[in-house]
Amino acid sequence: MKKFVEGSHAIAEVIAKCRPGVISAYPITPQTHIVEGLAKLIADGELEAEFINVESEHSAASVVLGGSAAGVRTYTATSSQGLLLMAEVIFNIAGMRLPVVLTCANRAVSAPINIWNDHQDSMTVRDSGWIHFYAENIQEAIDLHIIAYKVAEDKRISLPVLVGIDGYVLTHAFEVVDMPEQELIDKFLPKFEPIVHLDPDNPVSMGLLGAPDVYIETRYAIEKTMQDALSVIEDVSEEYSNLVGRKTGGLVEGYRIEDAEKIIVAIGSIVGSIKDVVDELREKGEKVGVLKIVTYRPFPKEAVYEALKNAKYVAVAEKAVSLGADSPIFSEIAALMYKKGARPLINSFTIGLGGRDISPAQIKQIFADMDKDEPNTRYIGLNEKLLEA
Amino acid sequence: MAVVADPKQNLFASGHTACAGCGQAIAAKIVATVSGKKTVIANATGCLEVFTTKAPQTAWRVAWVHSLFENAAAVASGVEAAMRYLGKIDEVNVIAQGGDGGTADIGMGSLSGMLERGHDILYVCYDNEAYMNTGIQRSGLTPLDSNTTTSPVGKRSRGNPRPKKPLLEIAVAHNISYAASASVAFLPDLKKKVEKALSYKGPKFLQVHVPCPLGWRHDSSLTIEIAKLAVETGLYPLVEYEYGKLISVRKIKVKPVEEYLKLQGRFRHVLKDEEALNQVREVAKANIERYGLAL
Ligand SMILES: Cc1ncc(C[n+]2csc(CCOP(=O)(O)OP(=O)(O)O)c2C)c(N)n1
Repeated sequence: MKKFVEGSHAIAEVIAKCRPGVISAYPITPQTHIVEGLAKLIADGELEAEFINVESEHSAASVVLGGSAAGVRTYTATSSQGLLLMAEVIFNIAGMRLPVVLTCANRAVSAPINIWNDHQDSMTVRDSGWIHFYAENIQEAIDLHIIAYKVAEDKRISLPVLVGIDGYVLTHAFEVVDMPEQELIDKFLPKFEPIVHLDPDNPVSMGLLGAPDVYIETRYAIEKTMQDALSVIEDVSEEYSNLVGRKTGGLVEGYRIEDAEKIIVAIGSIVGSIKDVVDELREKGEKVGVLKIVTYRPFPKEAVYEALKNAKYVAVAEKAVSLGADSPIFSEIAALMYKKGARPLINSFTIGLGGRDISPAQIKQIFADMDKDEPNTRYIGLNEKLLEA
Repeated sequence: MAVVADPKQNLFASGHTACAGCGQAIAAKIVATVSGKKTVIANATGCLEVFTTKAPQTAWRVAWVHSLFENAAAVASGVEAAMRYLGKIDEVNVIAQGGDGGTADIGMGSLSGMLERGHDILYVCYDNEAYMNTGIQRSGLTPLDSNTTTSPVGKRSRGNPRPKKPLLEIAVAHNISYAASASVAFLPDLKKKVEKALSYKGPKFLQVHVPCPLGWRHDSSLTIEIAKLAVETGLYPLVEYEYGKLISVRKIKVKPVEEYLKLQGRFRHVLKDEEALNQVREVAKANIERYGLAL
């Protein structure tokens, strides 16, 4: 069904249609509209679920951990400081192999306190054992949440999934979307059947102490599953795409990259703006394209390599940093290309931190500058006056 | 709630790695056994978790989950919510449990949230009066003047400078159906309190005094005797509250605090320091007056 909705309300609606039994969250901008939406659906009797209003994000994550361990589909959402406060539990959920789904309404981290969009928050937990998806627009955000549950609960996977959606840019924007019908989701997403759970009739112990004789294998097992997840994500996305009659989800999306000499790699909503610039430059005959990473964990090495191997110049434009080192996605792509052999010139650009606007002119500037090599990341749109102060 | 099984079933198997004389192991066994098979326990990080569940072994014959140090109450909240969602809450006892550090310090917010939200959960705090799992550091429930590794006795210190945090009162202030203190020295009383707690719907709270021979520096054969003396000196009152009202008090024939202190290395310095000894006497006296403990 087509409808015109706010991003957060679209997420609330689609989560409700995925029928989680336990939902827990704590207020933080710009995530709040999502869980307010869910609370209202429950209050109105439109969703059968337990909504637990907790006293912190640490507890929100712990509640969904407990609910998931008890064998029920769960949901939580957060942003920024909330995700940082959850971090301990985030690692724990993955280590316990619980298929929790979390929306991160991506927001900058403090200090200085800043409620606007970038990707520094979810990047802090990229190594935690969660599958990470990033949405370009509200439609993709809807689709990725449905795909997230199916992948997370797949018995071959059993890992949690974080869906990153850009704070404000997507959470508070309105878009016409195709909202899948309840029957379609019910058909696609069967009832959650846990591999093990806290069942008094068949008691198990979960969350045991892993001494040196067993610990490293638990990590290798997740790494192995992450590799297996690549094809599962592709298959699940294809199955879903066929059902809705639109291509969505998957690992990466190349836009006009087939013969491109210059490619920008990016994640999230900025990809839409880059696509517009690509179209404009293509009209002028420039061989440019953009590679969107939809699945950031597991990192789709094959797909990224295939997309970039014939390019002359690659720019990785990130809304995240690793202060004191190269930015995360740039580092991963540089390492990947080095290992696999193709040698486009790869450069790193930092964009849009703390919600700073990114203009088409700046994107054009990245396309223009990416053939000049620089040792360090280039921060786009710095106000030199502020730096003097 | 309300599922009380045959107390003779052993739901907490032997073979775990607790120290000889560990009070917590005895109390935890009672809690699991009284609660019965239809139980799910969420356990905080701490000695109890470590000595019962080194993979691939477990001492628990009830459904049991450990997540982190400070979140047992929140994990149990999630389990309880799931049981409600599944329509099973009336058949199942959900228990959260942890040490004094995991409960009264780092897990205080999580516990308060659980109590305030009204979950049908019994929270049990095994109070061995310090962070034992990490090597006897001071917690908010460490008693006055106790010698711990982070409140050591020295030229300028007579041990822990503060009295115990009033954890039971804090729990009671949430106006929960049932809250009580208990002791591993009074097992029938402990059993009765677990049973009684589980007969109430909603959140309930138990604080159980459990000596730790290693941390308190006493002979491991003295666990029960020492726990008993804590009660009989007035230093650990056994009381019960229902909806904020005091409903019972275990009366004692008051013994001098020295009898309790002298058996434990953590208080050795107190016996040689009249001022310190008087402070401890004051703590006992205040308890005795407040609850009318004296027979
Ligand atoms: C967030 C966090 N901080 C610190 C620790 C280290 N730690 C593990 S167990 C423990 C002490 C537990 O003390 P208590 O709760 O009193 O239980 P006990 O071991 O005495 O039974 C500490 C400090 C941890 N696991 N997690």
